[in-house]
Amino acid sequence: MKAKGKTWKFGDDINTDEIIPARYLNTSDPNELARHCMEDADPDFMKKAAPGDIIVAGSNFGCGSSREHAPIALKAAKISCVIARSFARIFYRNSINIGFPIVESPEAADDIRPGDELEVDFDNGVIRNATSGKEYAAKPFPPFMKEIIEKGGLMNTIKSKR
Amino acid sequence: MGMTITEKILAAHAGVGRVEPGELIDAKIDLALGNDITAPIAIREFRALGVKGVFDREKIALVADHFTPNKDIMSAEQVKILRDFSREQGIVHFYDTGRVGVEHALLPELGLARPGMLIIGADSHTCTYGGLGAFSTGVGSTDLAAVMATGSLWFKVPESMKFIFRGKLGRYVTAKDLILFTIGDIGVDGALYRAMEFAGDTIDALTVEGRLTMANMAIEAGGKNGIFAADEKALAYVQSRTSLPFTVFASDPDAAYVDVREYDATKIEPLVSAPHLPENTKPARENGTTIDQVVIGSCTNGRIEDLRLAAEVLKGKTAHRDVRLIIIPATQEVYQTAMKEGLFDVFLAAEAAISAPTCGPCLGGHMGILAEGERCVATTNRNFVGRMGHPRSEVYLASPAVAAASAVLGRIGHPDELT
Ligand code: SF4
Repeated sequence: MKAKGKTWKFGDDINTDEIIPARYLNTSDPNELARHCMEDADPDFMKKAAPGDIIVAGSNFGCGSSREHAPIALKAAKISCVIARSFARIFYRNSINIGFPIVESPEAADDIRPGDELEVDFDNGVIRNATSGKEYAAKPFPPFMKEIIEKGGLMNTIKSKR
Repeated sequence: MGMTITEKILAAHAGVGRVEPGELIDAKIDLALGNDITAPIAIREFRALGVKGVFDREKIALVADHFTPNKDIMSAEQVKILRDFSREQGIVHFYDTGRVGVEHALLPELGLARPGMLIIGADSHTCTYGGLGAFSTGVGSTDLAAVMATGSLWFKVPESMKFIFRGKLGRYVTAKDLILFTIGDIGVDGALYRAMEFAGDTIDALTVEGRLTMANMAIEAGGKNGIFAADEKALAYVQSRTSLPFTVFASDPDAAYVDVREYDATKIEPLVSAPHLPENTKPARENGTTIDQVVIGSCTNGRIEDLRLAAEVLKGKTAHRDVRLIIIPATQEVYQTAMKEGLFDVFLAAEAAISAPTCGPCLGGHMGILAEGERCVATTNRNFVGRMGHPRSEVYLASPAVAAASAVLGRIGHPDELT
């Protein structure tokens, strides 16, 4: 599995209220949520971002509320993956559980610049920066989580074991 | 090598004698919680799985607290999903308007959270029940769906950090100030993926409610759970509310911690956390910021002890003419007790609005939303951008004592400035 797209860069401690504000949580419809994706971090984000684009952020991405609406909104907004220095615990779980690709790499998070064109290979964990020509290594997932991601999420994993 | 409380509870629920930090385990769940925002997605996922019945209809709590009483048609539709599912599945613990309270205040009150339990909730503040000696942690909606179907869930055993507080707290210094102080010290990701264990004579002297307030905010330091050893007080609290059984675990003296911090609690002052992160702690006294609103309530500080403290400060006073004071008892029981004790007379004389139990403004839902540029002192737990309304409004986190005093002063201040 690979992702390819342009970088949108954000800072540290981007919380789930910024990814999808609570004022839109009276629905759980993915497409409706996608319309407001990242709205409180960057009000014009959905006007600017194209399908396949990649978010690169600092540490503790996805902190705050446990709302799964956050990775759902990013996935429905067709963001192909998030690369961060580190992820908040529940966001990490939620992303794996719904099969939304996230990549932890402090080196990549620090070095990549806004607008850089990236190629992420989830199989070998290599992030290639086509703009600068640099390559970064992502932390590999433990086999247990890899299985969940490969099966397309937790529910599919449970189904396959029944 | 010994084990921490957290490790012992996880091992017991994974059916093994011992677990190590970093180990991935599959553990049995004693209680699973969802609310009107997170449960609809979990129910959708549960249905997609094609399972007929939930694993145990007595071990699931569905609490419609966020937008209660339903603020609009769309939120009413979300609650209806919970109601229909609860009827169909015979879910015992479904709570809606008139019976509902803010989930993390409600479950301990009902005796549903007890020492030694493994509790998960599709709500980040599920870590609250650590105040009673349970391992409890927030997860997502898909996790909740998986638990409703199978009764178990995967966990990575966290490393533990220990926070020891010593000494007697000064006047108007509360459990809220201790946890704000801790987050200010380690930062909003200072306990990322870790268990936060609290101990020391200051902690022993806290009420059970105070411990629930502290455990509630473990997530604001990135923590997986906050935990307190269940002592006599905790047992008395639980036994007064339920006859259901439970097991008490304690950390071994030689348990391993990645970090141990010791604090002199006598030096801690009433604090506020300034926008837009809970780690931005500052003394309330030196802060002259003018404010437009005060909210006293939420799963952090909406219990009876919190309202009593607010009433003590507000007695005989009126909120500043430029401040809207909103008081939200966290549950129906808190509401009734506050009324019986005459606290409402104090609040109404102070020109406060008293709301039915709800999360309401805490997450910018309803019942007290901020306009552009407005500032609010709140006893809640998050001061993120836009948390209580307009993206350019501000939330300052504080104890009920500081919040009540600030309401009267019209600016952030220390309760003793009123006397
Ligand atoms: S009171 Fe606030 S923090 Fe607590 S459960 Fe409700 S929305 Fe979440």
